[in-house]
Amino acid sequence: MTRHVVAKAEEIQAGTCKIVTVKGREIGIFKVGDDFYGLINRCPHQGAPLCRGEIVSRLVAPTPGDYRLTRPGEMIRCPWHCWEYDIRTGQSLCDPNSVHARAFDVAVEPGKTLVEGPFVAESVQVTVEESYLVVTM
Amino acid sequence: MADPSGDSPTDHHLTGAIDCDVHPAVPTTRALLPYFDDYWREHVLRRGLERENFEPSSYPVNAPINGRPDWHLPSGPPGSSLQALQSHLLDRLRPSRAICNVIHGAQVMLSEDLSAAFCRALNNWIKAEWLDRDPRLRASIVVPPHSAELAVEEIERIAPDHRFVQVQLLAMAELPLGRRQNWPIYKAAEAHGLPIGIHAGSSFRHPPSALGWPSYYLEDYVSQAQGFQAALNSLVSEGVFVKFPDLKVVLIESGVTWLPASLWRLDKTWRGVRAEVPWLEQQPTETVRKHVRLTMQPFDAPPTEKQLQTLLEQLGSDRMLLFSSDYPHWHFDGDDALPSGLSAELIQKICVDNPLETYPRLKDPALKETT
Amino acid sequence: MNMTVLDRKPDQSSQNDTPAQSHMGFIDCDVHPYVKGPNDFDPFLSKRWLEHKQTIGGRPRQGLAKTSMYPRMSPGAGMRMDSWPKTGGHPGSDLPLMQEQLLDLFDVAYGLLAPLVGGGPGERNVEFGAAMATAANEWQLAHWCDPDPRLLGAIQVNIEHTEAAIAEIEKRAGDRRFAQVNVPPRGLEPLGRRRYWPILEACAANNFPVSLHLGGTSGHASTGGGWPSFYHEEHPSYVQTMQTLVTSLVCEGVFEQIPNLKIVLVEGGFAWLPALCWRLDKHWKRLKAEVPHLKRSPSEYVHDHIWVTTQPIEEPERPQDMLATLEWIGPDRVMFSTDYPHWDQDDPRYAFKIPLPDDWKRKIYRDNAKALYNLD
Repeated sequence: MTRHVVAKAEEIQAGTCKIVTVKGREIGIFKVGDDFYGLINRCPHQGAPLCRGEIVSRLVAPTPGDYRLTRPGEMIRCPWHCWEYDIRTGQSLCDPNSVHARAFDVAVEPGKTLVEGPFVAESVQVTVEESYLVVTM
Repeated sequence: MADPSGDSPTDHHLTGAIDCDVHPAVPTTRALLPYFDDYWREHVLRRGLERENFEPSSYPVNAPINGRPDWHLPSGPPGSSLQALQSHLLDRLRPSRAICNVIHGAQVMLSEDLSAAFCRALNNWIKAEWLDRDPRLRASIVVPPHSAELAVEEIERIAPDHRFVQVQLLAMAELPLGRRQNWPIYKAAEAHGLPIGIHAGSSFRHPPSALGWPSYYLEDYVSQAQGFQAALNSLVSEGVFVKFPDLKVVLIESGVTWLPASLWRLDKTWRGVRAEVPWLEQQPTETVRKHVRLTMQPFDAPPTEKQLQTLLEQLGSDRMLLFSSDYPHWHFDGDDALPSGLSAELIQKICVDNPLETYPRLKDPALKETT
Repeated sequence: MNMTVLDRKPDQSSQNDTPAQSHMGFIDCDVHPYVKGPNDFDPFLSKRWLEHKQTIGGRPRQGLAKTSMYPRMSPGAGMRMDSWPKTGGHPGSDLPLMQEQLLDLFDVAYGLLAPLVGGGPGERNVEFGAAMATAANEWQLAHWCDPDPRLLGAIQVNIEHTEAAIAEIEKRAGDRRFAQVNVPPRGLEPLGRRRYWPILEACAANNFPVSLHLGGTSGHASTGGGWPSFYHEEHPSYVQTMQTLVTSLVCEGVFEQIPNLKIVLVEGGFAWLPALCWRLDKHWKRLKAEVPHLKRSPSEYVHDHIWVTTQPIEEPERPQDMLATLEWIGPDRVMFSTDYPHWDQDDPRYAFKIPLPDDWKRKIYRDNAKALYNLD
């Protein structure tokens, strides 16, 4: 397991996603509220670039016609077949027990501790003054 | 389930079964006259309606498929004689119960009020001339499908008689069956423990499909299966089973074997389009297995028993199928009312357990058979 | 349900998910080209019809003139979100992007176009409809078939204008840039009715299979029980329409009348076909006397005359049921299609959730279409 520095923390605004490459895998790094999450950029259904889909809310209705918007900005909708996944866990809405997109933990670490190493930073310049997003895999 | 006495010359594996679809027919409109109230009797007589034949277009009674040759009668349409029903079916296959579904133009008429008046007459008639005369018989409540208000009135009027075990609609009407305008019907049915029986048929407010009007009755008949598919999709999509979690729906005379492929399609659509109908938390197949039942005649069986086994596995539930003869329609000859290749356990479920689970009123202790 | 989670290790060398050899060089039986702008057809219209288009415009048989009655779930009336060209314009309108995402990625041998643009086939003013259909045919050649010869056109016709439709079919006869005639499945009347026989005869006489690409509006409710509320119902209703189309073509005796007619059902999936054949055969036996023109059982006509394309592919609860379904239809009658760039398009690598026997794969991805369309 290696720590990969994938981006500066300030690069990714809440409600957006940046796609990075770690060990040849594309991973979408999302910021939801103050927290960061990583998802494989690949829908488990037919291989679409999942993280290029729309960031959406979870729309529910306890009874027909009683429309409610919940968990704003916490779901990703596949750009092809519109399957929805929980950004936090990769769990699908349509078949939560069997269909999930692989999720990766994203840690925020200060440059000061990172420079003590070891870490891999292929495209990010690490300095002690800033905070960075780190994926361990 | 077989009669232990075994003394009947026609002892049969269907003895004691519950036949979930038989069709008594109104011999002539005149026969209904005693069953209208004064107002509507005068209305009918003054317009000469008792001389008219209200056969629905979806069921030409003399088409071969709608009357088995050995069940034809010396006079009157097939199914119009209680004695014939008894000798052809009840005393022969000896089902313990048979549910009467009257197919009549009452459910096709454009005037909501006239439609309701005829439905009331039909329900009074089936009660007096059939249910009161043979304790094995049960019936569906025929309601005016294009007026939820009047349909509910009729359900409330009839429901206290527990020999009425279900509410009958046709697969194709003015509005898709799931539409909210129809919900009062489902609410009343659920409250009284009555499943909604959706029978093949159309009030022909629309052509049988998006293609327009076909030439042949064969096409109409085959297309009933697509009518059922659309009706089921409507009920599921509009959230009827979310709103009425105790409601059961019985698809009567649907052909059955179209169901697995149709559900694969609906499930797949749901996975992508779920957000349009956010009340559907469950995959449609799960909902259908829980709420929907299907009668077994006709059963559009595949050519081989191996295919039949695959198909039954695809249904994914042994609780969905209900035995029916579809008397006097012609789907089988002799006494072979079930497709071959079903296990004894499945036959027991289809013939007895599933109907009892579907129709709670069949278990009504006050109605124990007295004969 | 069992579901493979696609998290495979990518190639060391590349982030591209290079398709396996077995998926290369397939024939795609459903590709949707789109116009760059509202005026793309104008060069192919006469002054009279150009003026008509700019004043009255198209008049479809539905309440909304410019968009679908059933809004899709993604923008552009249901396009895959990564197919919007960076240069602007609508998905399907940019040939280089189509090449990148489909034709070159999979080294597609042939892509059969299904241009659902212009509204000609469903237009109520049939003279204008015929003019728009002709324009759509010229536009296919100029913008797609000539620039990329892998793309084969589908002749558009307005089937309510018999003479013009036949003239258009005859005009294109022998032009190998067109593979087939595209007839709207939802017409004013069921397609098997006699009024359409001359058009179907012209297709067969000129060696064009007839492709029926679902969708569109006939003006009739999309189900026998009325208009559904949701796209969630409309999408499956297309598949029901396919079933009634087969029923009409078979029962009306079209295949007795036109023995060399070949029908391709596009974008309706296929798993519904076996049960429909069982039903047709069963009830035909009872009602034979009504249709004495049928000399054989309905399922025999279906097998001899009807081909199905795969998309939107069924995903049975038990993946092995896909194999049973294909066996019941006959793997010689099934042809792969992507439906690029629609939202519900299928990727040839992952559409089947269970491996197919090699000979089925060859047939479905390539050989069946090659034989049907007489391609090299």
